[in-house]
Amino acid sequence: MENRKENRNVITIKNLSKIYKMGDNIVKALDNINLTVDEGEFVSIVGPSGSGKSTLMNIIGCLDVMTEGEYYLNGNDTRKLNENKLAELRSSEIGFIFQSFNLLQKLSALENVELPMIYKGIPAKERYNRAVELLTMVGLEKRIHHRPTELSGGQQQRVAIARALANNPHLILADEPTGNLDSQSGKEVMKIIKELNERGNTIILITHDINVANQAKRTVKIMDGKIYE
Amino acid sequence: MALMQAIKMSLKSIIDNKLRSFLTMLGIVIGVMSVIGLVSLGQGATEGVTSQIKSMGSNLIMVSIMGRGMDTSLSYSQAMSIGDSPYISQISPIMSANAYAKYGDQSYEENISGVNENYMALRNLKLREGRFILSIDNDVRQKVAVIGSNVASDLFGFTDPLGKTIKLDGNNFTVVGVLASGGSSISNSYDDSIFIPIKTMFVFQRNRGITQIYLSATEEQYVNIAQYHVENMLNTIFKGDKNAYRILNQSDLLSTVNSVSNTLSMMLGGIAGIALIVGGIGIMNIMLVSVTERTREIGIRKALGAKKKDILLQFMIESLTISGVGGIVGVIFGFIASYLMGHFMNMAVSPSINTIIISFSFSLLIGLFFGMYPANKAAGLKPIDALRYE
Repeated sequence: MENRKENRNVITIKNLSKIYKMGDNIVKALDNINLTVDEGEFVSIVGPSGSGKSTLMNIIGCLDVMTEGEYYLNGNDTRKLNENKLAELRSSEIGFIFQSFNLLQKLSALENVELPMIYKGIPAKERYNRAVELLTMVGLEKRIHHRPTELSGGQQQRVAIARALANNPHLILADEPTGNLDSQSGKEVMKIIKELNERGNTIILITHDINVANQAKRTVKIMDGKIYE
Repeated sequence: MALMQAIKMSLKSIIDNKLRSFLTMLGIVIGVMSVIGLVSLGQGATEGVTSQIKSMGSNLIMVSIMGRGMDTSLSYSQAMSIGDSPYISQISPIMSANAYAKYGDQSYEENISGVNENYMALRNLKLREGRFILSIDNDVRQKVAVIGSNVASDLFGFTDPLGKTIKLDGNNFTVVGVLASGGSSISNSYDDSIFIPIKTMFVFQRNRGITQIYLSATEEQYVNIAQYHVENMLNTIFKGDKNAYRILNQSDLLSTVNSVSNTLSMMLGGIAGIALIVGGIGIMNIMLVSVTERTREIGIRKALGAKKKDILLQFMIESLTISGVGGIVGVIFGFIASYLMGHFMNMAVSPSINTIIISFSFSLLIGLFFGMYPANKAAGLKPIDALRYE
């Protein structure tokens, strides 16, 4: 893993709001949020369900768009980017780890890890080598040709972690990564995530579980769409 | 994303849904097969008719005389004078009538044609036995007859007709020749005709109206010049009355027949094309189901960096592959079907390269057209909505 310069902003969020209109009701899912995350940080965003933490994560992950405010990802003003540019940003800057793993069931572990590299246009051979390297790193070198259905939950989440790292992104976004796992697998997964942070990856972890959140170096609380540090 | 990768992904998903892909393909297969089969059938029929017309002699010019009354009819020598041109090699005036032919106790109404010695060559007739009408038969108004093969079997059964005397409307004629069977033909078959010297016919009918003239041009490329000459002569004879005659040459006849049967082939192809379009709707239907089923997959792909065009490409290739493979299989089955049809209908039915290319590209086009909407729908999904889809 390359060494990155410390104290550079990976995420800068200014006065961000997300407003849903449901008929006549206006729901402020996120209300005037300010947040900066530096290179190499390990931040957990913790809050109960309905607090707006998933909405925040989706906006940070460029999967959803905000209603008001500014959001800079690694210096890119996301308001100025079209759908294609956002896809490129997701491809090279963000690695997702989802609660429900979100692996493609019909692809093998190897193919799942290769997928982000396919969309980035990495040549086949390099892709293969990198995918094998990453799967070895998460301890699945003997399972590379297995499909997700042939793997345990913990193993599937490790495949997802390998996939998130495929394009060597600046930012790893983990949304309740241990939520669907037994405590043993959950510990293993958290261990890997902490190791990633030690190697220099910036990590944002979203959870409702305060015990998981406390493993991060910095904890941000979110409640009713507002942030409290 | 590399095209190869998109193709790989699409093939994978087609193979993952074998039965569904197969059934969808079947629609295209049947469509392409029926287009090829029916168009080839039409073309085979055209070829059959065309070769029959060609067998009548390719330089042939046919004149029908419609003249009303004695004033506008033609005499034998007038008719022969029309053939007086360096571009015309042979001419035979014809006078046709129906008469009762009788031998022993067999009596049939048959078509009697008075012709001269050139007629046999003009119509490519073949003799089974005996001889055809000779020039001298006309000169001395011989009462001789050459009979078609059906007439021979009607009147004589298994008896050899040669040298026998038949009665045509009560007049005795000696059979001097029997024609070989010409098979069925679109022009009135000569198998059912009796030919006698035309000048004998004049006597026998007490009427000199020539009903037709057959001429042949010396070369195929002179058919038009010869026809022009004939027209001029007839104009002079009939004092410009264009309604008194009608000229038809072989190429006119060919092009008429061709245009009729081409229209027929197109119509058959069009009907089969409807089957192809129905197959296309099947593709669209299944692709829409597939997009809905795979909404979450599309969301995951988008989260991992797939652009709109990557998703579009993946689904387009899927529908194009289904229609393309369906098209190829359809071409193969179309070949087999037209071969079988040709075999059982005794026709030369072989699909032309054009038919194959057109029907195959049409199937691709259908895949493209009907795949567009579902693929666009998939590509246009918002990542967050797709990812949340359960």
